[in-house]
Amino acid sequence: MGEILEMVEGYENILVLGCGTCVTVCLSGGEREAAILAGQLRIWGKKEGKNLNVMEHTIQRQCEKEWVDEMRGHVEKADVVLSLACGVGVQLVAEMYEDKAVYPGLNTTFMGYPVEHGTWLENCRGCGNCVLAHTAGVCPITRCAKSLLNGPCGGSQNGKCEISKETECAWQLIYDRLKTKERLEWMNSYQPPRDWSTAGDGGPRKSVKIEEVVD
Amino acid sequence: MEAEEATSTQEVNEDFRPKIVAYCCNYCAYAAADLAGSMRLSYPPDIKVIRIPCSGKVEINYLLKAFEEGADGVMVAGCLEGDCHFMEGNYRAKRKVRHAKRLLDEIGFDSERLEMYNLSSAMAGRFAEIIEEMTEKIKKLGPTPLRKGVKD
Repeated sequence: MGEILEMVEGYENILVLGCGTCVTVCLSGGEREAAILAGQLRIWGKKEGKNLNVMEHTIQRQCEKEWVDEMRGHVEKADVVLSLACGVGVQLVAEMYEDKAVYPGLNTTFMGYPVEHGTWLENCRGCGNCVLAHTAGVCPITRCAKSLLNGPCGGSQNGKCEISKETECAWQLIYDRLKTKERLEWMNSYQPPRDWSTAGDGGPRKSVKIEEVVD
Repeated sequence: MEAEEATSTQEVNEDFRPKIVAYCCNYCAYAAADLAGSMRLSYPPDIKVIRIPCSGKVEINYLLKAFEEGADGVMVAGCLEGDCHFMEGNYRAKRKVRHAKRLLDEIGFDSERLEMYNLSSAMAGRFAEIIEEMTEKIKKLGPTPLRKGVKD
């Protein structure tokens, strides 16, 4: 919160912009979270004797130009936009409203599903070259601390990873699941060194679906 | 700490009538308030009761909104632990209140102004007592620093 207060320092008209898709279901940047952050800012402003006008608005998706364009009227009333979208949304809003100060209202952490209500686990790193077919649907790139491709390391103890007792060993999970599927022989298949250029190591990635591109 | 020191040295202004917003669960506190009325129990009149279907329905932004609009104190009253009509709503409310307190502390607003209570629908006496307690506490804390510019 201290970081956010620093970002909005000196601005009077603040727009807290929620995003209605991924960050909403992840309970981190949707309408409700926008209302909470806006509420905090209003209380802070009043307490500090600042004359703040904190607005809140949530759009369906901050990562698509059409949606971002539709809220032009809201953005124009603001001096600063605090975007509660993931980094993708923050960047598009910043790009489309170049004359406005656009700041991130949250840290985008990872892609994952909730293991229980309120708890998320990282599952996919978007590495661009999926290995799940060989690993019984458990991603060793993401869930193994070393991203090992050919079995566990010596730090695998009682199904847990040596980095933390709470972290499951991805290769233990893969082994157990292959056993269930009666595909244990897959453990012996050798995965050669990977080409990490698809994972972002080759620079920012771009994807074109030529059949979808409109001339 | 600062707030505590400030309040202990401050004289309590007897004329100050705190505005307290109470989010009351339909199955306990709201019914207890009703019973308190039927029993002709008296308690401070400075409370504004908002009926909610379960204390678990309370959202953090509702709590902040009440402060924003100039409430001196905000309370959530849910069923006794283990007795929620919806199994665990009051535990959820407890966590939300705890988190809301953290959010208030972050921006330097005295989170003592927010409190959670648990009671049953038969506890009319306790309801009156809670309102008494909350009112006394808020009186000691004094008016909200946000009241300036807010209409009564």
